[in-house]
Amino acid sequence: MTKITLTGQLIQYLFTGVTVGSIYAMVAVGFNIIYNVTEIINFAQGEFVMLGGLIMVFFTVTAKLPLPLAFVLTVAAVTGVGALMERFTINPLKNASVLTMIIVTIAVSILFKGIAMFIWGKDPYIFPPFSGSKPLFFYGAAIQTQTLWVLFMTAVMVVLMTIFYKKTRYGKAMLACADNPEAARLVGIKVSVMILISFALSAAIGAVAGAVITPISLMEYDRGALLALKGFGAAVLGGLGSFYGAVVAGIFLGIIESMCAGLVSSGYKDAVALILLLLVLYVRPSGLFGNVEASKIKEF
Amino acid sequence: MQSSNRKALLGLTIFLILFPVVAMNVTAIGHYLDIMIFVGIYCLINMGLSLLMGYAGQISLGHAAFFGLGAYTSGILCTKFAMSPWLAMVAGVGITALVAYIVGVPSLKLKGHYLAMATLGFGVIVQIFFNEEVSLTGGPSGFSDIPGLSILGFSLNNDLYYYILVWFLVLLTLIFSLNVIHSRVGRALRSLHDSEVAADAMGVETSRYKVIIFVLSAAYASIAGSLYTHYVGFLSPSSFDFFLSIKLVMMVVVGGMHNIWGALLGTWLLTFLGNEWLHVFHDFDILVYGAILLAVVMFLPDGLVHLVPRMSRVWKRG
Amino acid sequence: MNTESSPVFLHVENLQKSFGGVQALKGLSFKVPSGIIKAIIGPNGAGKTTLFNVITGIFPPNGGAIALNGMSIEGRKAREIARLGVSRTFQNVEVFGRMTVLENVMVGRHIQSRAGIISTGLRLVGMRREERQIRESAMQHLAFVGLEKRATELSGNLPLGEQKLLEVARALATDPKILLLDEPAGGLNTRETEGLAALIHRILEQGITVVLVEHDMNLVMDISDEIMVMNFGEKIAEGKPKQIKNDPLVIEAYLGEEVDYSDL
Repeated sequence: MTKITLTGQLIQYLFTGVTVGSIYAMVAVGFNIIYNVTEIINFAQGEFVMLGGLIMVFFTVTAKLPLPLAFVLTVAAVTGVGALMERFTINPLKNASVLTMIIVTIAVSILFKGIAMFIWGKDPYIFPPFSGSKPLFFYGAAIQTQTLWVLFMTAVMVVLMTIFYKKTRYGKAMLACADNPEAARLVGIKVSVMILISFALSAAIGAVAGAVITPISLMEYDRGALLALKGFGAAVLGGLGSFYGAVVAGIFLGIIESMCAGLVSSGYKDAVALILLLLVLYVRPSGLFGNVEASKIKEF
Repeated sequence: MQSSNRKALLGLTIFLILFPVVAMNVTAIGHYLDIMIFVGIYCLINMGLSLLMGYAGQISLGHAAFFGLGAYTSGILCTKFAMSPWLAMVAGVGITALVAYIVGVPSLKLKGHYLAMATLGFGVIVQIFFNEEVSLTGGPSGFSDIPGLSILGFSLNNDLYYYILVWFLVLLTLIFSLNVIHSRVGRALRSLHDSEVAADAMGVETSRYKVIIFVLSAAYASIAGSLYTHYVGFLSPSSFDFFLSIKLVMMVVVGGMHNIWGALLGTWLLTFLGNEWLHVFHDFDILVYGAILLAVVMFLPDGLVHLVPRMSRVWKRG
Repeated sequence: MNTESSPVFLHVENLQKSFGGVQALKGLSFKVPSGIIKAIIGPNGAGKTTLFNVITGIFPPNGGAIALNGMSIEGRKAREIARLGVSRTFQNVEVFGRMTVLENVMVGRHIQSRAGIISTGLRLVGMRREERQIRESAMQHLAFVGLEKRATELSGNLPLGEQKLLEVARALATDPKILLLDEPAGGLNTRETEGLAALIHRILEQGITVVLVEHDMNLVMDISDEIMVMNFGEKIAEGKPKQIKNDPLVIEAYLGEEVDYSDL
């Protein structure tokens, strides 16, 4: 029997932290994509992750489709959901107040949760890991292969998003919208299309996160709210609107949470991220990497 | 007090008096009395939420936490420290108000989404606290054997007496709240909602008023929590979760946020919906709530109370 | 040196304000003597509204000093400055749209009243008396600007000209010593502007010093005792209307600007 050393434990917590942190990072990136174009905080962001996981279960376990096909279909399905959400609930409310938009996205998140409960019930679901369940051993820590998939997916997402924003027409157009919507409109960029793309893209990223984490931590209908909160915490910590800040902050948050769960108290681990969120909002709302002036979060 | 409010108060009182008379004599709806007690308890919370959201223009997605703090304080002080329930209720208000003040001062400097998230986060932290401090709160399985209420030795041990107590307190609080709304303080709140910069320029202490109304709404919620505890006799953290906070906001929004009568209407409607008419929909009650909230906020943003012509005022600008 | 009859009522010294990289105010200095009407003019973007916002405490300055009757007020919060006797109107009208006309002015009486949440909730006798006083005073101020017939209407429904008058009534209700008007004639027709000029004179007669930012040159030349001209965050001229009219720097600053020069 292999002795579990302290080093081994710490490495375990580190990997767990980075894994779960990657999910927070992806949720945070999803928030930022939408926020950058519309200044809306999408409370339903966590539900995209939840749907990604549960729909993936459906395609792999129920429909018994091969994994890559199931993955593509899942991402496509949730992307569609995100697009529908934008068309039916966001687009019609172009001039609504901030309060209305908050309540709308909350209502949609409840709706998604309700639909998920209707279809899948309250039980948690799982599907087999992408590359089998034999763990790898690394300095005394047992690392699941799925963890590596999570990290891989996160890295792929970072690379693809960077290419998207820097090289593609749509990506550059979205950056322009974020910077100066009036000017963007004047040069012919259709802001409403950009908003639609931002929701679709956020949904897609959420779906990837959900699909890749479910074999490790299962998925159930009501996981969305806490994920959204923590992902938002990561987004604010990294500086709302900052892409790289979100990734770094998300992983950082995951590591802190995991360390706290392992070394201090596992019951309060969820509270860690939330307390950090509150602290950031109260003390330095521009986050670690954000622009102080860009954060119109506080009043004078 | 304005005559329309006087008339509405009279109407409400008459309805409240007739209600138990009818409910207790028609067996099919006998349990409506019990539901109305919950309506009253939630109305108490939602009047505070209406002042906060509708008049002062802030938001709280964590009010279940204040409800829970009042409930648990009453429960713990009565069972573990044998305190008198009324004293415990006062202690509950004190503790809840203090927490609300500590959280409120930094949180209310935030706006819009950030305030929403901060209150949401706070609410979840409190619920985690209820779950984790097992020695104090009994943890996830909760604790029971909480004594009921009695006034001067007269025990309020049946639904009718409790109904009278709860709604008496609701009416008192309603009158207090209406007085505040139609006063210098109420105008200050409404002014900071309509144009915070102009309110500042006119000397209104906007940050102070935001905190005051936040603490007041927490106090209302705490009293409601204490009433809840002594009625149900049992507490568990799952009753004070994020979903309750959302339901409370829903009740206020659906009824009509900018009007305290709207909060009452929405509370009554959604509580009956949840407890009585949604039993049919047992597994998709969440779905129905989400759909209703979405529909109201998209199509009837001023809430249902505006379908009642005499009750409504034209709140929209221009 | 704090006498009420002090000739210099508002003293701005080397005021600086920047937003990010943009310097909106670059070391502005001027004085406003007590009991006069001083106009501040200048092209769009000169920093006039920023100046008002800094004086009234909406933004803190990055440097410089502002003294009101000898007392320094720079960097103080807006609600403090209001209590020290400075009141204002806004360029983009900021009435409390969901409140009635009368209620708007009653908010103006906020700093002259005291009732807190307990006394209002319980409707104590003192509070009821105070409420009556607030209401009467508000009606008087409405009458002063000629809006008493609109008292029960929703302020958001009023036409622009009347909303501007409402802002003046509201600002006057705070019992200010100095009133800052930000483009009060913006969007008004000739008849309304004449009414405004008469109103400003009436305000002066009440002993209130008036400072106004304005683009309507007719109005400015007609009623001002002194004029200060700003451009790019700096003062480029100051003096009596006649002097300003003929100042070459001023004329140059306005070249290309849409200004009503018909009478100059």
